Amino acid sequence: MAEVKKNNPKYSPGGRTCAGCAIPLIVNNVLSQTEKPIVAGVATGCLEVTSTIYPYNAWNIPCIHNAFENVASTIAGVESAFKYRKKNGFEEKIKFVAFAGDGGAYDIGFQAISGAFERGHDFTLVVYDNEGYQNTGGQRSGATPLGADTTTTPAGKVKKGKEEQRKNLTEILVAHRSPYVAQAAIHDLEDLKKKAKKAIETKGPTALIILAPCTTIWGFPPAKTLEISKLATETNFWPLYEVENGKYIVNIKPAKEKPIKEFINQQKRFAHLKDYPEKIEELQKIVNKEWKRLLKLEEKK
Amino acid sequence: MNIKPLSGAQAGAEALRQIGIEVFPVYPITPQSPIAEGFAKIVANGDSDAELINVESEHSAMSAAVGAAAAGVKTATATSSQGLALMSEIVYVASGLRLPILMPVANRALSAPINIHCDHSDTMMVRDSGWIQIYAESAQEFYENLILAFKVAKNENVLLPAMVMIDGFITTHQIERVKLFEDSVIKNFLGSYKPPYNLLDIKNPTLVGPFSMPDSYFEFKISQEEAMENAREILVKEGEELKKITGNSYNYFEKYQLDDAEYAIVVMSSTAGTAKAQIDKLRKKGEKVGLLKPRIFRPFPYEEIKKALTGKKAIAVLDRSLSFGANPPLYAEIKQALGNKIPMQKYVFGLGGRNIYDKDIKKVFKELKEGKVDNKIKWIK
Repeated sequence: MAEVKKNNPKYSPGGRTCAGCAIPLIVNNVLSQTEKPIVAGVATGCLEVTSTIYPYNAWNIPCIHNAFENVASTIAGVESAFKYRKKNGFEEKIKFVAFAGDGGAYDIGFQAISGAFERGHDFTLVVYDNEGYQNTGGQRSGATPLGADTTTTPAGKVKKGKEEQRKNLTEILVAHRSPYVAQAAIHDLEDLKKKAKKAIETKGPTALIILAPCTTIWGFPPAKTLEISKLATETNFWPLYEVENGKYIVNIKPAKEKPIKEFINQQKRFAHLKDYPEKIEELQKIVNKEWKRLLKLEEKK
Repeated sequence: MNIKPLSGAQAGAEALRQIGIEVFPVYPITPQSPIAEGFAKIVANGDSDAELINVESEHSAMSAAVGAAAAGVKTATATSSQGLALMSEIVYVASGLRLPILMPVANRALSAPINIHCDHSDTMMVRDSGWIQIYAESAQEFYENLILAFKVAKNENVLLPAMVMIDGFITTHQIERVKLFEDSVIKNFLGSYKPPYNLLDIKNPTLVGPFSMPDSYFEFKISQEEAMENAREILVKEGEELKKITGNSYNYFEKYQLDDAEYAIVVMSSTAGTAKAQIDKLRKKGEKVGLLKPRIFRPFPYEEIKKALTGKKAIAVLDRSLSFGANPPLYAEIKQALGNKIPMQKYVFGLGGRNIYDKDIKKVFKELKEGKVDNKIKWIK
C-alpha cells in the first residue's frame, strides 16, 4: 500500500468500506499495474457507495457510475467514444476497467457483460466477488455458495441455507472466447498483480474475478480477511487459475489440500451447518469435483 | 437544398448524419429499426465515421449512450415501445446526469397484448423522465425536429436529453418528399459541441454519477427542473434561427385555422394531417373549426396554449394513449392549461394502430357543436 500511495494512487485511501474489507485492496492493486491512464466504470454496489458519496470522491482517475446492471455497456460506450476520438487524431492510450460486485456481474449485470464480451470491446472486467448482495444487508446472489445462511435463504427449522451451488462466471467468460480470464485472491497479491497487468494489457475483453471475503456478512473478525481468503484457496474452494486464449493454468496447487470445514468453520454464515454434517459433506464433494475438473482442463493443451 | 423521396425513418437517419452523431449504440425494434438500419448503411458507406454499437438490448443501448455522452462525444440511440420500456431506468439516468443524448422514437403501443403498431403509450410513459419531448406530424418535421432538438439539448443552459417522436409505421415507413438542407448549413446552425463532461480528459479526472444523500439529491432535481424551464425559451429562440433556414415554424404548437375557430380539436403527430384535411372541408361549408397540434410536449407550454384556446366554444382533445384511472395525458395537460372555463371533451383514438378517418374528425366537430360534452372518455373506434 505504501508503494501505491507514493505513486499518486488512482484510488484514494479513506473510503467508507467496512474495516477489514477486501475491496479497496483489490481496486488499488489492480489499478496500479499499469502506467497507462485508466478510465474506470463502477456498477452500483459496495465499491460505488463507499467511494462516490457526493461531494466526496475516492477516484483520482476518470470514473463513471451509471446503474447496477450496466457497467459493461456503460464502459463499452466510453470505449467506443475513445475509438471514435482515436480515428480523429486523439493520441492518448487509455485503458478501460469496469468494476462490479458479484450481483452486478454474475446476476443482474450478466447480460450486458456477455454482450460487451461478444462485441469485443477493449476493457477489463474486475469482479470483486463477496458472494452475495452484501451492500444491502446480505441477500443471496448467484455467487453465494451452497449452504450459506443469507437474509433471503435463511437457515431455519426446515431450510439449511442456500440450496444451490454457486455459478461459475469464470468459465462462462472463457466460453465467450475471451483472450484472458483469471481468478485471483487478495492473500496472494503477487499473483493478483501479475494477473491484473496481463488482463489490462491484453487487447480485447478480459476478466479478473477476485474473491472478496466480507467480514460483515460472512461473519469473521476484520483482522482475518486475508486468512479467510487464503483458506478459500487452500481448500480448493477458490482456485487461483488463469485462462489465456483458452489455455488453463492452475497457478496455485496446495501441497496439502485442507478440508472445506476449515474454511467454513470460521464464518457465521455457515454456523448452522455444524448441525448438518451432511451439508458440509455435500459442499466438500462439489469442491472436489470442481477441482478435478479444473485439473483436467489444465491437462488439455 | 435537396428534395428526396424518403421514409420518415430514412429522413431521421439523414438528420443523425448531418448532426454528426459520433457514437450510436442501438438495438433493433419494429418500427424503429429502419432508423438504425438507415444510419448503419450511412456508416457502412463511409458517409459518417460514427462508432455504431450493435448492443444486446435497449437497456444496454441507453447505458452505452450514457457512457459515450459522458466521454464527450455526440451521442444518439433510437427505440420504440418495449425497447423504451426496457431502457426506461437509464432514460432517467441520462437526464439526471444532464447528458444531451438525442433519441428518435418511433411511437408504438405497449404490451400486453403485444402490438407493433402506433400509439403514444411508450413515450407518454416517460413524459416525466426529464427529457425534452417533441412530436412530429411528418417525415419533414421529424427531420427538422431532430436538428432543433439537438441544438437545444446541448445548450449549456439546458444540457438535457431529447426524444423526438414519429408515428410508428404511419410516418416511419411512408415515403414523402423530404427537403434536406445542405450539410454545411446544418453544421453551421448547430455550431460546435461542448460536452458537459469528458471522461477521456485524463488530466482532469471527473467522477460522473456519484451517490447522493438526502442533503444533495433534492438540489440535483431542482437543477433539472430549472434546465427544463430554460429549455422553454431556448426552444423558441433556436426555432426562430432554424426558421431562417427552413422557412418553417417551430412554435410549441401549430395552429391550423385556429384563431377565428369556434370549435377546436387538439391532436398530435400524424393524425393532425387527417384533422387538417377535414377542417378544410368543413371550412368550405362555412364551419368555424380549427386545430391545435402540440409539437413540444416537454416542457409543456401551458400559458401559450391557454392563450391560443381561450374564447373557443368547445374543445376536443384526442389522445393516442391512456393513463389508466386518470385523464389521458394530453387531455390532462390541456385541461390544466384551460381550467373549467371552456367545455372540453376527451377522446381516445388509435390505440394499437387502429385507423382514424376524416369522418371521425367530422363526427368530433359535430359532437362539439351539439354540446355533447361530458366527463367520460369517448372512444373513437
